[in-house]
Amino acid sequence: MTDASQTAGPMLAADGTPLKQSLARSLRRQKLRALFLIAPLLIFVLVSFIVPIGSMLFRSVENSIVRDTLPLTVDALQSWDEKSGELPDENVYEAFVRDMIVAIENKEHTRLGSRLNYEETGMSSLFRRSGRQIKKLDPETDGPFKEKLIDIHDGWGDVKTWQVIKTHSVPITNGYFLNAVDMRRTPDGPRMQPEDKRILVKLFGRTLFMSLVITGACILLAYPVSYLLATQPTRVSNMLMILVLLPFWTSLLVRTSAWKVMLQQQGVINDTLVWLGLVADDARLIIINNQIGTIIAMTHILLPFMILPMYSVMQTIPPSYTRAAKSMGATNWTTFWRIYFPQSIPGIGAGSILVFILAIGYYITPEIVGGTKGVFISNRIAYHISSSLNWGLAAALGTILLAVVLILYWVYDKIVGIDNVKLG
Amino acid sequence: MKPTNFLLSAAAAAITAGAASAEDMTLVSWGGAYQASQQKAYAEPYMEMHPDVNIVWDESSAEAVAKLRAMNEAGNITWDVVDVVASDAIRLCDEGLAMEIDPDTHLAPAPDGTPASEDFGDLLVSECFIPQIVYSTTFGYRTDLVGDTPPDDICDVFDLEAYPGKRSLEKRPINNMEWALLCDGVPKDEVYDVLATDEGQDRALKKLDTIKDSVVWWSAGADTPQLLADGEVVMGSTYNGRLFSLIEEQKQPVAMLWDAQVFDLDGWIIPAGLSEERKQRALDFIYFATDTQRLADQAKYISYGPARKSSAPLVGKHAELGIDMAPHMPTDPNNAKNTFLYNYEFWADYRDDIDAKFQAWLAQ
Amino acid sequence: MAALTPISRKPLSMVLPSVALAGAFAGIFVGAGNGSVPMGMIGGAILTAGLAWFYISVLRNERLAYWINILGFGLAGFLFTGIGGGILGLLGGWFFVWFTYWLYEGRYRRKLLPYLTAQQVFFHYLFRVICGAIFVFLITPILVVLPLSFNAQDFFTFTPEMLRLDPEGYSLKHYQDFFTNNEWQRSFKNSLIIAPIATIISVSLGTLAAIGLSQSHVPGRRAIMAILISPMIVPLIISATGMFFFYSDIGRFLEGTLGFNKTFVGYLKVILAHAVLGIPFVIITVTATLVGFDRSLTRAAANMGAGPVRTFFKIQMPLILPGVISGGLFAFITSFDEVVVVLFVGSASQKTLPWQMFTGLREQISPTILAVATILVVISIALLTTVELLRRRSERLRGLTPA
Repeated sequence: MTDASQTAGPMLAADGTPLKQSLARSLRRQKLRALFLIAPLLIFVLVSFIVPIGSMLFRSVENSIVRDTLPLTVDALQSWDEKSGELPDENVYEAFVRDMIVAIENKEHTRLGSRLNYEETGMSSLFRRSGRQIKKLDPETDGPFKEKLIDIHDGWGDVKTWQVIKTHSVPITNGYFLNAVDMRRTPDGPRMQPEDKRILVKLFGRTLFMSLVITGACILLAYPVSYLLATQPTRVSNMLMILVLLPFWTSLLVRTSAWKVMLQQQGVINDTLVWLGLVADDARLIIINNQIGTIIAMTHILLPFMILPMYSVMQTIPPSYTRAAKSMGATNWTTFWRIYFPQSIPGIGAGSILVFILAIGYYITPEIVGGTKGVFISNRIAYHISSSLNWGLAAALGTILLAVVLILYWVYDKIVGIDNVKLG
Repeated sequence: MKPTNFLLSAAAAAITAGAASAEDMTLVSWGGAYQASQQKAYAEPYMEMHPDVNIVWDESSAEAVAKLRAMNEAGNITWDVVDVVASDAIRLCDEGLAMEIDPDTHLAPAPDGTPASEDFGDLLVSECFIPQIVYSTTFGYRTDLVGDTPPDDICDVFDLEAYPGKRSLEKRPINNMEWALLCDGVPKDEVYDVLATDEGQDRALKKLDTIKDSVVWWSAGADTPQLLADGEVVMGSTYNGRLFSLIEEQKQPVAMLWDAQVFDLDGWIIPAGLSEERKQRALDFIYFATDTQRLADQAKYISYGPARKSSAPLVGKHAELGIDMAPHMPTDPNNAKNTFLYNYEFWADYRDDIDAKFQAWLAQ
Repeated sequence: MAALTPISRKPLSMVLPSVALAGAFAGIFVGAGNGSVPMGMIGGAILTAGLAWFYISVLRNERLAYWINILGFGLAGFLFTGIGGGILGLLGGWFFVWFTYWLYEGRYRRKLLPYLTAQQVFFHYLFRVICGAIFVFLITPILVVLPLSFNAQDFFTFTPEMLRLDPEGYSLKHYQDFFTNNEWQRSFKNSLIIAPIATIISVSLGTLAAIGLSQSHVPGRRAIMAILISPMIVPLIISATGMFFFYSDIGRFLEGTLGFNKTFVGYLKVILAHAVLGIPFVIITVTATLVGFDRSLTRAAANMGAGPVRTFFKIQMPLILPGVISGGLFAFITSFDEVVVVLFVGSASQKTLPWQMFTGLREQISPTILAVATILVVISIALLTTVELLRRRSERLRGLTPA
């Protein structure tokens, strides 16, 4: 034994290199090959998706517009104590007039007005109205400006106006994130929004709640169907599968409008109920333009995303287990609850996470059937992107939403493992 | 990777071969009957005269401001001529997103030689805006759902007892706030003064609160006509041309409530920052599409009034139905007994302020 | 399961109450329509149970009973409420007589295991009924869309003419519009260009990456997976704006610096954007297939001298093909049904079918989109059926008994 180990030295592979080294090299090569296979896609997704999304989300903290548009004013405001309750000095007003004349020339002052209006309603009209007058002033000869500006619009005689400008002159701001949770930046630090503007936290809550309800409804409806599909012979289950896949293949827009036709007060469901006499003509059910409408339509739209993963998990459950349990005297219920159900949980998990993630990001369907009460946070994001142009807030809301989704993803990966998600 | 490359280049060949040799010019409009009227009155004759230009439509006017801002920021302006309402034009002009136009050099004079600036007159509400039509936002109601006394007063909209049922209103403050104040007893000429104050805005919202539960909010032009056709709402606001098509072309049991109709303007802008070549092409199209005859032609297809004074006498009959268009114009004396003039300057200034309040109110 | 269970006639004491119960349930609707629910229930129960007793004990002729019941119910329905009621009556009449004999002759047990208890049989059918209801829920929107696409009017409304089954209320004009309207044709063509190419890109890159990911030693596997899945979990509206800025830069670079054709660049942008959106589906399905993949097969192939490429195409690919195909279908449908991103990234020359549908829905009330949807549904039914028939054929050819 000792002889052998001495003469042999380290174990050698067939080509004479030490085995350990050879194995390490093979492992390294394997890793490289794997990375080489992944690399094209990874680079593609990183460059064309992750980076653009990142730069979009960066808008949630980016706030250079105030400093860029009013550089002199921002400098002059440094020495003003915003908590003193007194108006700033003449030099601030003069700097402001100089900045504004440049800004008006470049057509930037209305954008700044819109930006500050997100924080304090009234700033937009203040900037727009005053812009027309300030344009006529000459910074060299027309001073002093304090009186003149206050004359033009009494908003300039309001300490609050200057507080807003100063508070929001930082190039990187937490203001949008504060807005996203119904708070705002003030000279005294973060404060709650006034009562009538607090809508976003409620909306987040509603989005989560409704997505949960939709996920729950999908589980309830998908479970029996998946079970049926998994237990029927392939021939039958494939034909039934067509019924599941058909709606899935039909355009989302068409399905949503079909739901509109069905759910509205003069729609198919109400008409049928009235015809059958179950509902009085003047007491038609209100099942559209509210949460019920959104829940029904979205449950329908997301149901295939629940059925497919559940079905593929249930397919792998061997029927011999349940038969064995029954032969040992278990009742139907016990067999189902103790044997079958636990094995189908990965399917429920995979489907739920998929449906939940898709649900909280939805916006076209709630927009069409949700009215004002059945809309999601995504509708708010879309509104801020295409209508109010408050992209900063939209990005902040999007970042929060994305964070929620990522946490869910992480939890899911810990519990089930992302490899176990199956789609058909 | 190789098959992909191959497929890509094959696809590229297919795409380039499939594309017509003519250069695409993108016009942005509102879709529906309105865009169809523009297609017939402007685009088709223009393409006939210029076979090298191929006009494609993008129905994105509703999001024009947001999209133009994004395009401008990205330096990638894909639109050539954009149809927007006057208040959007003002906003785009203020932000430097639209090109300034000199009416007398860029637009055709009237046939009698009157310069364009005079022919359009007051309707040139912004330096960037080339007016095209006068339209109004007004109400239509289901004749079979309102009983024996059809509504004839704007305040009937707020009267849930006399006219129970849902109403559809646009999901934005403009017009709704004015109507609410009018029906809350504010005299017509003071509406905008009241609306400029915080108290006035709250007052309007409070009035709207009284019918909030009975309102279906619409955001696209097709909504109200569809809701009226379904009988889903008793009355609803929309553009008068949409109601014209609903009543006269689709023969639905709907009638117009012209009281307190709000006059507004719609027209073209050219985005700022186009290449010289595209700019010249856009200007050439505008010159053609806004001359006296062309504007009058459009009124053959839809009941909107042409923006030029010189076009008014040329308005004739509907191209397909053969009915006289004049009585369907919002400006017809019978329809215009009580009208409300939209205040551009006010809304340009206060839109952000009031919109923020309105949206918060809506979400409550 | 296939074995026939011997069946026997059931006592009237079981048949009559069951039929009466169903009759009472149907009576709820009839009763509610005529003012009194309890009366309807009692009437329905008595009527159906009475008829069942009559057929079984007196008539004793199943065929005759069918005719009497179907025609009788149909006639009654027609006399009370017209054509609609007549049709419902025919259906109802058929159901009750079928139900009666199904119970009486014990046919409900025919396909079940012989040792099941009554309770088990009941639950079995209850379960079937529930599943049926869910399938109806899944399919109703399509059933609504089909007739509406033949609407003679330009609205999404069932007109009185349509409900009366009056031919006046129906027309093919929306189909005609789809086939003759330039905008629809162009957008359809655009979708047919964009979706397949986007699918090919996501499938080829996605499959490679999934194979890479399934190797045993991949550093940072979870992180890579998260990145690749991210297009599915980022809300679309955010992706759309983000990609808009990115692809504007790319477009400027390709057109300005490299001098590519503008139309080509336009398509390329949309295709790449859609390819990214389809990737998560490919990754998920292919990885799932690879989990159950027996690695010794590739080793065996390598052992016998096949190169990696040959091994891949001859051994691995055929085995994971179902996963690849289903991932590809998902990716295809993602692109073919995508409206948010294309609205941002595309320009009007690349208008796709969903984009055109979106405008059709928002700006013009035009059931043409329902006609398009119907055409697409018919195509997909045909496709799915063909696939299923091919599968059966290959099963037969390979001499397998149907599973």
